[in-house]
Amino acid sequence: MTAFADTPDLSPMQQFEVDYSALRRRTQMGWLVASVIFLAMFTFSAWLGDFFKVTQVTMPDGAREWRWIIPAGIPRLGEFIAKTLPELSWETLSADLANWFWRWKIWLNLLVETILIAFMATTLGVIGGFLLSFPAARNLAPNKTVLWVSRRYLEIARTVPELVWALIFVFCFSVGPMAGVLAIGLHATGALGKLYSEVNENIDMRPLEGVKAAGGTWFDQIRYGAVPQVLPNIISYTLLRFEINVRASSIIGYVGAGGLGQEFREALSLQEYTDLSALFIIIFVTVIVIDYGSEKLRHRVIGLEKGPSA
Amino acid sequence: MAATLTLTKVSKVFAETKAVDTVSLDIEPGQFVGVIGRSGAGKSTMLRLINRLIDPTTGSISFDGVEITSLRGKALRDWRRDCAMIFQQFNLVDRLDVLTNVLIGRLAEHGFLSSMAMQFSDEERTMALQALDRLDLVPQALQRAGTLSGGQQQRAAIAKALVQQPKIMLADEPIASLDPANATLVMDGLKQINKEDGLTVLVNLHTLDTARAYCDRIIAMRAGRVFFDGTAAQLTDDVVRDIYGTQGLREFNEAVTSTQSIAVPA
Repeated sequence: MTAFADTPDLSPMQQFEVDYSALRRRTQMGWLVASVIFLAMFTFSAWLGDFFKVTQVTMPDGAREWRWIIPAGIPRLGEFIAKTLPELSWETLSADLANWFWRWKIWLNLLVETILIAFMATTLGVIGGFLLSFPAARNLAPNKTVLWVSRRYLEIARTVPELVWALIFVFCFSVGPMAGVLAIGLHATGALGKLYSEVNENIDMRPLEGVKAAGGTWFDQIRYGAVPQVLPNIISYTLLRFEINVRASSIIGYVGAGGLGQEFREALSLQEYTDLSALFIIIFVTVIVIDYGSEKLRHRVIGLEKGPSA
Repeated sequence: MAATLTLTKVSKVFAETKAVDTVSLDIEPGQFVGVIGRSGAGKSTMLRLINRLIDPTTGSISFDGVEITSLRGKALRDWRRDCAMIFQQFNLVDRLDVLTNVLIGRLAEHGFLSSMAMQFSDEERTMALQALDRLDLVPQALQRAGTLSGGQQQRAAIAKALVQQPKIMLADEPIASLDPANATLVMDGLKQINKEDGLTVLVNLHTLDTARAYCDRIIAMRAGRVFFDGTAAQLTDDVVRDIYGTQGLREFNEAVTSTQSIAVPA
């Protein structure tokens, strides 16, 4: 307030000029300070992360020389990719392809398993996240205790990565897709619950007051006042989460929790590098198809929303 | 069904300010009561206290001999059903159709499951349609509430209040967001319900001429206190100047604040 205090000998226009230039100076100063802090933190992180490391490399003539790690390491990326690519030639293309995707029957089965794990886990995550997103929203929680408990539950569920949950559930329920479903489902509950509850916190509270004033319970207020408002966002986030869960379920088999992941592990340990590229292509295509499909679906949902009433 | 609403020394303190300051009132059954006063005079707070959307700091509110301020749980929800509330911003659910919005007025009668499943009986739907018919809104029954005009939304809100089968109707600045033509429709709707059903109506207004045109009794509030309580005829220019204060000279000019499309003789 003091910055805008009236100086009696200035006209309102002059006063505005003074205030305006002061405001601009403060804004510019703020940007400068923020940029310096940001750059410093970024550089420090890069240093901690060995981005400036200098390492010894073997030159083509056999000599050892010190080189900055990034230009030294990038060629090795090409080396790795080259290793994973199979040798294909025109004359024997079908035989080469068959050789490349030699385990296609097993992989197809595992791919179906992967998608089913993602589907079931998403369903569980949506149910858990949806139910908890209302008590976990500051504006909707019936009291502080319920808010605290549901928020902490969601935090724990999403802070622990899927792979760690999978390790725990494989220990509990043995190797297999059930552990994967529970692991991804629990993590998705936490992630979706957080996203949904943020949607809930941005809703218009007046409809809820309208329900309350008519004698509705807390559940009535949520069901009639809140849910219709957040539904389109919930559908959108859910489809997005399904895509994420397909990616998660394709790797979760690495710790024995079902799906394609176990094949990655096997290929790596048996040094069957061409299997890696085959698996990568399978997952890549699957994710693209699911992304495309869910995007279409999302737009259809949004279109339906706007359609009849507009 | 008609009973007197009694406020006895009701106060509501928000942090430092006394929004409502030792208000005592008797609202007789079947009256059409207008509450006027400057913004912040405590009109809204008083209605919210009666509906128990907020709790009074001190004092007692009773209806038909029942103490309202101590109600809990189901009894409290039943009371809210009995004193229907209409809001300045309508407070409908924009994304639900008008019929469902009206049926929200029936929720106090529903159990958990039927309410969550949005299951309403045929009788309730008939009741809702009859209410909509009284307010000429049947053609809009299946439209989303958000697509209606402000005036239609407020009438839908009145229909919702009607299916609550209330004993008293509270309206918090029901026409403040409406154009004059729609304001007249809404006020006429309230008056009609008051006349035909003998329902007590307690309405906050910020325009004097509306209060004069519709209300049997006018209560003026100033700084949380009841400053005037009488008929429109008793509301002289001197009293009005006191209600709105010297800074309220602009508000004092009734023609400027008029929401009537037709001039109403005071």
